[in-house]
Amino acid sequence: MSNVFIAFQSNEDSRPIIEAILADNPHAVSVHSPGLIKIDAPDELCIKRATIEEIIGRRYDLQEIHVSLVTLSGYIDEDDDQFTLSWKH
Amino acid sequence: MSVDLHTREIQPLRQTFAHVAQYAGDDKPASRYLEATLGAQSTANFHYRPTWDPAHELFDKTRSAVVMADWQSLRDPRQYYYGTWTMARARQQDAIEANYQFIEDRGLVAKMPEAVRSKASKVLIPLRHAAWGGNMNNCSIGAYGYGAMLTAPAMFHAMDQLGVAQYITRLGLTLDEPGALDAGKNDWLKETCWQPLRHYVEDTLVLQDPMELFVAQNLALDGQLYPLIFGSFVDDHLVPLGGTSVAMMSAFMPEWHAESSRWVDAVLKIAAAESEANRALIAGWVQAWSDRAQAALMPVAAMALDAGAQGAIDDARTSLNARCKKAGITS
Repeated sequence: MSNVFIAFQSNEDSRPIIEAILADNPHAVSVHSPGLIKIDAPDELCIKRATIEEIIGRRYDLQEIHVSLVTLSGYIDEDDDQFTLSWKH
Repeated sequence: MSVDLHTREIQPLRQTFAHVAQYAGDDKPASRYLEATLGAQSTANFHYRPTWDPAHELFDKTRSAVVMADWQSLRDPRQYYYGTWTMARARQQDAIEANYQFIEDRGLVAKMPEAVRSKASKVLIPLRHAAWGGNMNNCSIGAYGYGAMLTAPAMFHAMDQLGVAQYITRLGLTLDEPGALDAGKNDWLKETCWQPLRHYVEDTLVLQDPMELFVAQNLALDGQLYPLIFGSFVDDHLVPLGGTSVAMMSAFMPEWHAESSRWVDAVLKIAAAESEANRALIAGWVQAWSDRAQAALMPVAAMALDAGAQGAIDDARTSLNARCKKAGITS
């Protein structure tokens, strides 16, 4: 078992994304460092569009995460509704 | 010489303003929406009562018969504050601008069948006066309602209604000569089929209770007018006959209606859930104003859709009833 991670700038835009990730991935752990929030998760981490939309109350295009995305590790599987990091391929 | 770089994390002493933390908790940063809206309502030290309404304070909860323990609970699901609202509308304006550019570059209006063009202008142009009524009414909700959670989005909604009136004006000027606007006003004032709707709009202009006005304008009237005109008439009737350009030019209206309906439903859902008295009161308003709006729209639908009128009116009412049921106003 190895970790995947994703890190965002710490700002108003990334706050709902992080909230959504932590809600959808109970096994994920967030680490705050100055200006940066890194989320580690064993094996797999999933970002769901529907959860973010529920939090921000408007339509959301998952590509918007790239505005505040800093770095990530893991293989990416993405479509319009979800963005998943894992080591499966 | 070597330079050592260290990072040091500084934890803020508090995450948000104290009055926001009271509602949202201080364990995480509050959203800009809550920070911009909570506590913006003036609540004390009004000193004198207004000379034009000595029965009430300047801002007074009792202007509405709806009783809320906390008017700040009427949250807007879209979480609009001035910044997010203007950015959302600016994006929509860009999209509409591109649509107009597309239509003008290709001369699409001239290629539209004459019957469709004149029908569109006959049905849509008088509606700028109905949208202006919506602007006045939402200004009134903003002025006499209580709590910035309700009055701030009501003011945004008022400006949106003004935007709709302007979009209709622009559509009219693209479809027709400038004289079409005067003809539209003349129809609104004199043509028989518009009179019940004008009567409705003018009666709502003098409604005193801001929550009743909210129901009459934003739910009962707009909840039927928009599906009828921009759904049944423009999308289902005009487009198959070659009026796609009309749908492109009026694209903002159905999009905005779908978005703002979520706010209207959320406000009424929270108000109705507060107490059985509120629910009964709101349900009574919904019933009375929806019936009247339906009757007022009937002659307009008959003029616009001929044989399809009754079906379109029924569809609009059915969708409104479904919204009310979902919001817990009616069972």
